[in-house]
Amino acid sequence: MLIGGLLAGVMYSLVALGFVLIYKASGVFNFAQGAMVFFAALTFVSLVERGVNFWFALVITLAVMVVLGMSIEKVVLRPLVNQPPITLFMATIGLTFVLEGLSQAVWGSQPHGLDLGIKDVPMEWLANSTGMFISQFDLFASGIAAVLVASLALFFQYTRIGRALRAVADDHQAALAVGIPLKHIWAIVWAVAGFVALVAGLMWGARNGVQFALTFIALKALPVLILGGFESVMGAIVGGLIIGASEKLAEVYLGPYVGGGIESWFAYVIALLFLLVRPQGLFGEKIIDRV
Amino acid sequence: MLYREAGQFKSSYAEDQQIFPIRQDRIGVALLLVVAFVVVPMFANQYWLSAILTPFLIFALAALGLNILTGYAGQLSLGTAAFMAVGAFMTYNFVLRMPWLGIIPSFILAGVCAAAVGIVFGLPSLRIKGFYLAVATLACQFFVLWAIQRIGWFTNDSPSGVITAQTVEILGYEFDTPQSKYLLTLVIVSVLALLAKNLMRSETGRAFMAVRDMDVAASVIGIPMMKTTLLAFAISSFYCGVAGALYAYTYLGTVEPEAFTLDLSFRILFMIIIGGVGSILGSFLGAAFIILMPIFLSVLFGAISHTFGLEISHAIISNLELMIFGGLIVFFLIVEPHGLARLWQIAKEKLRLWPFPH
Repeated sequence: MLIGGLLAGVMYSLVALGFVLIYKASGVFNFAQGAMVFFAALTFVSLVERGVNFWFALVITLAVMVVLGMSIEKVVLRPLVNQPPITLFMATIGLTFVLEGLSQAVWGSQPHGLDLGIKDVPMEWLANSTGMFISQFDLFASGIAAVLVASLALFFQYTRIGRALRAVADDHQAALAVGIPLKHIWAIVWAVAGFVALVAGLMWGARNGVQFALTFIALKALPVLILGGFESVMGAIVGGLIIGASEKLAEVYLGPYVGGGIESWFAYVIALLFLLVRPQGLFGEKIIDRV
Repeated sequence: MLYREAGQFKSSYAEDQQIFPIRQDRIGVALLLVVAFVVVPMFANQYWLSAILTPFLIFALAALGLNILTGYAGQLSLGTAAFMAVGAFMTYNFVLRMPWLGIIPSFILAGVCAAAVGIVFGLPSLRIKGFYLAVATLACQFFVLWAIQRIGWFTNDSPSGVITAQTVEILGYEFDTPQSKYLLTLVIVSVLALLAKNLMRSETGRAFMAVRDMDVAASVIGIPMMKTTLLAFAISSFYCGVAGALYAYTYLGTVEPEAFTLDLSFRILFMIIIGGVGSILGSFLGAAFIILMPIFLSVLFGAISHTFGLEISHAIISNLELMIFGGLIVFFLIVEPHGLARLWQIAKEKLRLWPFPH
């Protein structure tokens, strides 16, 4: 049970990662991440259904997402530089609507199934030997998440662009002053966010089918974010695990007493209670008020 | 020429402090009220009254409520629809369980209940700010809807979840025609809007704005943070609660949880963005814009498909609507972050000089 919850949490983390990346680098809370996930999954699935080779479709979708991310940065966010964060946040809500409309106008709104060739059934040998029911798919998702996080961490820590990204996240005026090309950096961040959205879209699409409800997982990723802290990749992972596990446990142990269906808000309440103790989240940067 | 304040001298404090210090504004507002109260009910047809004007007023009231919280006190909220739901369902219960109360006191009490819920979910605002707070209000949205659906008391154990709202009745007069419903809504909205306009010029309103502009500085100059933010939550939720009650009673005619989804919260947020954050007038302009937009678009698409002989499917239209909707929001934020209300202000400044350039 706990393991199942943890593995579901990994899926939340995948979505939350996209949020964290953009927030870290540009201070924008990108509400449209869920729509981007949906867009990516729908594009990929539609290409595959039209007979495009799996890998070729993947490459095309990746290209589309990168271009999409970059153009969002250029068209929507560049003109809004130096606006208060709430304005930027509301702009991304507007963007969500555009993306949702666009993806459905282009590809149609009927739900699709997505088959990545990995079975979503408990693995027999594991169930027999340890009594745990873990599906191959969950394991695969965790693997993907681990690889993604590791490579992002390496990218942030050791490459030239990664260092520039961290500098921009710290203080973009100072970064600009020491000669970091801000525009390129932001374009890169959005491209990477597009890539993460694609990965998350594929995983979620394979699990639940590619349908409009996919956009709502962005809402599920929010408590993960506030639990983990907006600025931390590590936080996204740990937050996802905590939310996933506690949600499952609550549904099983607490649900029957209050009539069930508490999954829709339980995560938020955990996150909320948590915030009262630690307003910046688990791994968030300390909030310092200055006048 | 027409719109000039030169020569209008104020010789007493009372004159200086009136709500509309410029004579032309007073005339304009009076005219507007006359049109809204007398001309519109006389000449507008049923469709306009019940499908456009009444919801416009209700949404304007909800937007006004959100504007008090987000625009004036600077606390972003995504739970507007939840407060509206509280208002609607509590009105239902007050009318059902205490019929001697009368509808207007029920509306007010329902608003007070919404305010209480608002205070509870506003409590985290003492510790957390910005996006974190927005997520906290999301919790409110989901929790309140869940509670209404699960706890039988709210819906009086109705099996379908869709309840027909009782008839609105004051002193034996039944509000059952679109005209009367419109007028009832108009009266309530006008009174509340006037109150809001006055509140924002008072000490409380100025405290809200100080907290919005910089909360630490506000607390340094002696504005009690806790009282101010909680009061903002309470007043805002009161407005939203009354708006929700009106939404159910004078517009939908049913009380159902499905009417108060997250989508509604977003719509109201968009109204204040497009209308103007931190402006009473903006709430009305934004509501009008969002209500009229889909109608305008469907007329436009109808005209296009008619002239070019193209058959545009319904799905495409609704998706295009979404895109235009989102695009407009981004456009407004980029071009005019202060919304339609700011455009009106610019127009007034231009009018001051018109038709002579100096």
